[in-house]
Amino acid sequence: MESFSLILAIVVVTALVFDFTNGFHDTANAMATTISTGALKPKVAVAMSAVLNLVGAFLSVEVANTISKGLVDETGIRPEVIFAALVGAILWNLLTWLVGLPSSSSHALMGGLIGATIASAGFGAVHGDVLVTKVLIPAVVAPLVAGLAAMLATRLTYTLGKKADGKASEKGYRAGQIASAGLVSLAHGTNDAQKTMGIITLALVAGGTIAPDSDPPTWVILSAGVAIALGTYLGGWRIIRTMGKGLTDLQPQQGFAAQTSAATVILASSHLGFSLSTTHSVSGSVMGAGLGRKGGVVRWSTATRMFVAWGLTLPAAAMVGAIAEYVTGFGAWGTALVAVFLVASSAAIWKLSRREVVDHTNVNETGEPAGVVTTAMAAVTPPPTGAVAEEFAATVPAPATEPATSPATTV
Amino acid sequence: MKIDWAALGSVFGVSLVVTVALVGLFTLGITGLSRHERATAQGGSAALAVTAAYACFAACAAAVAYGIYLIVA
Repeated sequence: MESFSLILAIVVVTALVFDFTNGFHDTANAMATTISTGALKPKVAVAMSAVLNLVGAFLSVEVANTISKGLVDETGIRPEVIFAALVGAILWNLLTWLVGLPSSSSHALMGGLIGATIASAGFGAVHGDVLVTKVLIPAVVAPLVAGLAAMLATRLTYTLGKKADGKASEKGYRAGQIASAGLVSLAHGTNDAQKTMGIITLALVAGGTIAPDSDPPTWVILSAGVAIALGTYLGGWRIIRTMGKGLTDLQPQQGFAAQTSAATVILASSHLGFSLSTTHSVSGSVMGAGLGRKGGVVRWSTATRMFVAWGLTLPAAAMVGAIAEYVTGFGAWGTALVAVFLVASSAAIWKLSRREVVDHTNVNETGEPAGVVTTAMAAVTPPPTGAVAEEFAATVPAPATEPATSPATTV
Repeated sequence: MKIDWAALGSVFGVSLVVTVALVGLFTLGITGLSRHERATAQGGSAALAVTAAYACFAACAAAVAYGIYLIVA
């Protein structure tokens, strides 16, 4: 512990913040369909998901190091690189949350890591083929598989269940949805909480605090589990609304088919060695369920915005990660500047979100907050060059908020 | 660049079959229960339907248990 440097502390805190955003960004994956069909009350749903995420974090001892393994050369990893990667990932997560678009937290993290590594060690340090097989193909395949499965399952359940009505069927579909949503939550806890544990452990190894190849310390497991559970409980209501109501209108049968398909795809893919993103699977299965019902519609405008966000996730997070890494290269004050920028822009995004509050009381209302969405979309859609300008514009007021970093470093 | 088409294909196939089978079974179970509900409402009983329904649910529960096993393992 004596060699626990300041930068290491910052990295750990930032990783936990990322874990937190990961939790509330991905609540929608497990619970959006359950909430929109009314199977569970919104608060109950997120509480259940939070508990299962926490449990999931403790279930497996094998660290899912998929993010750091293979994608970039570990030799180039310094704590600053990880810090820069996390900054990119957090900002992208917050931005997509503001617009209410589901996007993969893992892709954001990978993007940040790639960008930071490129800025630190050059393009040669990124393995392009791993990028294609681990990121690009899964992003296309996941929604297709989950969507097709959900569509067929929805058709089947409507055909077979023609004669099912009354209390029994209502209760049945409710129980089914809760069970499959619980599975998704549990799987999410084991996967995503572990990613953060892996990142923190990697940072600790890179900083020389713990020996290479050691298991994550107990406090890392505990804090990562708590961070993701807390984030899940707070709930990314904006994304839940998009996923549960924005893409299509779900009936209990569809919600059940969609969630079952998502749970199956997630488990099958991680077990068969072709890991697919939870977010992509769930979005795909929701759309598939929408197409599967007679008279069901998918709102392709919302879906298109979501696809655009998926496509931008990696480059945008990479861009921010690269810039952050470049700035931290100037030494301690550069790192401080990035930390201040992160805090300031997170605060700004939160402030923007307060203009149009979405929470558990209005999560199922379909009326889209046109003002915030359109203005925020304008900030998302321009190509990455826009992000650069934004970065420099936003760093200007940084010195004024300097004290903001001190709480983070003392934790 | 090596794309693991076999893994990809099996993910596709397994997901499709398992999802459809599970949802189908579950729907059959629900149909059975609601038939029982109708029968009792008319004063009769539908023992076979109920038994079949619980068999379906048991199969689904087994699948969920296997899912949890996969997560833990």
